[in-house]
Amino acid sequence: MAMPDSEPLWVDDAAGPVVRPYAMTRGRAAAQNRFNVISQVVAAQPAPALEVGIGPEHIAIVNLCQRPLALAEVAAHLGLPLGTIRVLLDDLLARRLVKVIEPKPHTTLPDDSVFEALINGIRAL
Amino acid sequence: MESGHSEGEGGTALPTATKILIAGGFGVGKTTLVGSVSETAPLRTEEILSEKGIGVDDLAGVESKSTTTVAMDFGRISFGEDLVLYLFGTPGQDRFWFVWDELAHGALGAVVLADTRRLADCFPSVDYFERHHLPFIVAVNCFDEARRYSLDEVKLALSIDPDVPVMLCDARQRESSKDVLITLIEHVRKSRSRAGDPQPAGS
Ligand SMILES: Nc1nc2c(ncn2[C@@H]2O[C@H](COP(=O)(O)OP(=O)(O)O)[C@@H](O)[C@H]2O)c(=O)[nH]1
Ligand SMILES: [Mg+2]
Repeated sequence: MAMPDSEPLWVDDAAGPVVRPYAMTRGRAAAQNRFNVISQVVAAQPAPALEVGIGPEHIAIVNLCQRPLALAEVAAHLGLPLGTIRVLLDDLLARRLVKVIEPKPHTTLPDDSVFEALINGIRAL
Repeated sequence: MESGHSEGEGGTALPTATKILIAGGFGVGKTTLVGSVSETAPLRTEEILSEKGIGVDDLAGVESKSTTTVAMDFGRISFGEDLVLYLFGTPGQDRFWFVWDELAHGALGAVVLADTRRLADCFPSVDYFERHHLPFIVAVNCFDEARRYSLDEVKLALSIDPDVPVMLCDARQRESSKDVLITLIEHVRKSRSRAGDPQPAGS
């Protein structure tokens, strides 16, 4: 699953699903989303079977996210760049296979219970 | 349930996710700090930047479609099922502001690690957080062979706001790294209440 390192891959627009998504991100497709690196990704369904448009990386994400994980954690565990995961998430979201929840801007948190919980939690480590 | 939760499929509570940035020059101990306090060894992820991400100006007129890979180290600390704190080491300064913007977005605040032997290495980080009104503290990572400066000397050399905490640390020590994080979070909380409304400090 290693990325080709130097040569950008130029793919034909018509190539469609035969092109692996991470190859697509090299030269062509960009994700529709700009999910925060700590957005929580959670599977909405059990992992689907392989089919057109659903590759092993998609299935790996759904399997991994049976418990919620941050976008950056998904990327790190699968050894794929963040941008690639964002593209794969677009596909998965379109099929309602995962949910992605963006973090609340901390400036809108209603009170400082989160700060309290963090401080107490870190002290107790 | 506590406030701040998001509802997942079927009402499953998802944890409140928070993050803190760990910044500073190369070799100052960012990854060491992340590792000393996180629940697992630092994880690594990367972002691939196209010429667009780096900034059109930098590469105007350059024909090559080169891409650059920027690596980020990060760690996770879970507090039960409800709350997670992620610590992100910022990648090399000066060139990758695009990635910094992405990391800083939604962050509670930042720790700027400084090494008194190469204090200037942390100037770009200090500038960045001042410009973006992200609350930060400075933690002087005490390398064994470094001459000890007083914290006031460091503060003066950085010409930062007198309210910004400056402290000593040893990034290799879990207890010391915990103190650094707690100092930052207290500072963020103070900055918020000083601002008097739900805005980031200084904005
Ligand atoms: N003596 C000493 N060495 C440290 C300290 N913190 C980090 N180091 C060492 O400095 C080197 C660079 O640290 P690293 O965390 O990789 O720096 P980064 O580039 O900022 O991520 C490593 O060999 C660490 O073991 C410290 O507080 N004291
Ligand atoms: Mg590092």
